[in-house]
Amino acid sequence: MSTLTKFSAIPYTGPAPTNREPYVPANVAQTDARGEEIAAKISNNALQQERGQDMPSFSVDRNAIVDVLTSLRNSGFTIPLDLFGVDYPRRSGGRFDVVYQLYSPQANERVRLKVRVAEDESIPSSVGVFKGYDWYERETFDMFGVKFEGHPNLRRILCHEMFQGHALRKDYDPAQRWLLTEQGVAKLLPKIDPKFENVDTDFERVTLNLGPSHPATHGTLRIVVTLDGETIIGADTEIGYLHRCFEKMAETHTYQQVIPFTDRLNYCSAIINNVGYCMTIEKMLGIEAPARAQHIRLMLSEFMRISDHIICIGTNLVDMGALTNFWYLFQPREEILGLVESCCGARLLPTYTRVGGMAVDAPADFLANSQRLVNMLPKFIDDVEKLIMKNRIFLDRVIGVCPISQEDALSYGFTGPCLRATGVPYDVRKASPYLGYETYDWDVPIADGGDTYARFLVRLEEMRQSLRILQQAIDRGLPPGPVIVDNPYVALPPKERVYNEMESLIYHFKLIMHGIQPPVGEAYFQVEGGNGELGFYVVSDGTKNPYRVRVRPPCFPIFEAYPQMITGQTIPDAIAGLGSLNIIAGELDH
Amino acid sequence: MPAQKIEHPDSIIPRKAGVAPGEGPEKGLITLPGETSREAEDLAGGTYLTTKLDTMVNWARGNSLWPLPFGTACCAIEFMSMVSSHYDVARFGAEVVRFSPRQADLMIVAGTIVDKMGPVLKKIYDQMPEPKYVLAMGACATSGGFYRVYHVMQGIDEVIPVDIWVPGCPPTPDGLMYGILKLKDKIERGEIKRG
Ligand code: SF4
Repeated sequence: MSTLTKFSAIPYTGPAPTNREPYVPANVAQTDARGEEIAAKISNNALQQERGQDMPSFSVDRNAIVDVLTSLRNSGFTIPLDLFGVDYPRRSGGRFDVVYQLYSPQANERVRLKVRVAEDESIPSSVGVFKGYDWYERETFDMFGVKFEGHPNLRRILCHEMFQGHALRKDYDPAQRWLLTEQGVAKLLPKIDPKFENVDTDFERVTLNLGPSHPATHGTLRIVVTLDGETIIGADTEIGYLHRCFEKMAETHTYQQVIPFTDRLNYCSAIINNVGYCMTIEKMLGIEAPARAQHIRLMLSEFMRISDHIICIGTNLVDMGALTNFWYLFQPREEILGLVESCCGARLLPTYTRVGGMAVDAPADFLANSQRLVNMLPKFIDDVEKLIMKNRIFLDRVIGVCPISQEDALSYGFTGPCLRATGVPYDVRKASPYLGYETYDWDVPIADGGDTYARFLVRLEEMRQSLRILQQAIDRGLPPGPVIVDNPYVALPPKERVYNEMESLIYHFKLIMHGIQPPVGEAYFQVEGGNGELGFYVVSDGTKNPYRVRVRPPCFPIFEAYPQMITGQTIPDAIAGLGSLNIIAGELDH
Repeated sequence: MPAQKIEHPDSIIPRKAGVAPGEGPEKGLITLPGETSREAEDLAGGTYLTTKLDTMVNWARGNSLWPLPFGTACCAIEFMSMVSSHYDVARFGAEVVRFSPRQADLMIVAGTIVDKMGPVLKKIYDQMPEPKYVLAMGACATSGGFYRVYHVMQGIDEVIPVDIWVPGCPPTPDGLMYGILKLKDKIERGEIKRG
């Protein structure tokens, strides 16, 4: 074991962990009432209602968590959204909160469960209830050291094998690195699927390693497969090759400083991440961005979604040998990035939003340029569709390839295009509209089959639906007014006032030095990212640094299901399937 | 941005038509077939050049870099923009993207390298045949960028040597191209001598 300290450690600048009473916003009564109904249905003594701020919230005894999750699942909460820890080192009666969040597509509502656990205690594993919780539990173990009893494979997931300690604990020094040497790298041996265990073919069994630097992985995924002839009979994946510690970084920065980090989660559609994070903080503060800012956010989000799908479709086709589409589709994508650049000066990772609005106003020709783009994009989408959808080679390579059933997709916690390709019409923009999506006329495309072909169809159609929204948004025009709230505790006063007025100067100084200070409490907010539900869960202790920022990356459960999806397929099919899942490593590894 | 003019006595002087070696102010000119009436004549007709072998080889290397994109994060997306239609790095002879380290001579490290990736990066670098060059693209590959944290390598020069650093987060495609041109200059000047 050796440590590597090339730079002096950054001391933890955040506030001392506190246990103040949670702050209770106005809408609590409503969620409390709904919480009682749910509690009555579940009727488990271990379930204690808490004052949930934004969704019904319960604290659960750790030994009963599996029962509670099972009954919640049976009463409609079929999507496991998230599972993560929060550390309160000085709290008596259990240092960690392990938080479970579930979603019910039928009732369109969410629920949050909290389990308190001390350092030496463990929680029964809920992998048997939701398949998706396998990786989440590993992640909680990796980051906090919480043990899950009965977990089939409880080892580190994001940090490397020679890492010591648990990084998201409050007493872990953010700058403490550990060296991984070549000898330390663990060998992966995939488990052979029981279906194939006793099948005797004439072929030898070979184990093959793809990645983490492999052309088809578009990033940093590592897949190990065991082959019998050409058939994959067992697969395993390893992630964490891009674990950039977003959550720890967020704790050592102020609320505003976290925004650039969110850009780099899903870097193909950065503005959507900005919007999601800023809206979470706005929700905590109880403010709303001005109408003009919301309009710009909505339009750029839709452009980003198109650009995200373009990258997914383009690179996926490259993997299948159809290079033309890639060259062709990147042209409109450059134009989209050009539009973003005209707004704020940066192309790919713009950091354009601020808490409470936008950094700067959109340029005068914003609508005209958007209109030009909206006019030109359909031709590109149609052309690509014509190029591939009647192409026998393409169809043979995608139809029935890497399928996932609706039931499994739900159990893993899929959201976004991959879930809609299995026939579940869940889209955050429809289910819990934000930015005024409910006022636009558009549809949620779904497909069935859940295979690579279905995912292609959904993505192509989604681009068209985004164009529909954009056309309506352009027709409505940008509402007049400012782009950021007029609140000196949230937004910096304009520069000319800072230079001329004492009061503004003080506000400016205060905001830079002390940051935004949301009231004590917690909030979860979700937006529809390029890959599905992108959620941020933020805990504030009333100081300038977030106490905890949790991001729910939509790729995480999707990639978790990948080994299951490729078992029984061949390597070329696995590659085609991987591209269609659009795994973005920055988001996957936090 | 225009291509850099090479101003070094050893470099190949821009070709001029129809002047035989020794006749013009510079010695060792290239005259290509079809450019002169003396084209069909013997060597003195101008279809040869004199230069140092090293210069010739460096010139060739600098103009046909085969990049291996070691793309891990956001910078890799900008790398994609650079090779694809709009920016088109083919103009500078570096469009033959190879994903196999055995076939490449320029490693473009585009993106954050975390400690878990360190051994992989080292291994891939070792697999590249000489001569090889490394371009660190973006703040992360250069210094860890704004990720001063427990799992991020603070610059890839912790494990492999670097020839060119390109600043930016992410560098724009033009910025990356500028980096490649700078590397080309460096190679042509014979500044990089390894292997
Ligand atoms: S330098 Fe910036 S853009 Fe490049 S990989 Fe690092 S964070 Fe991403």
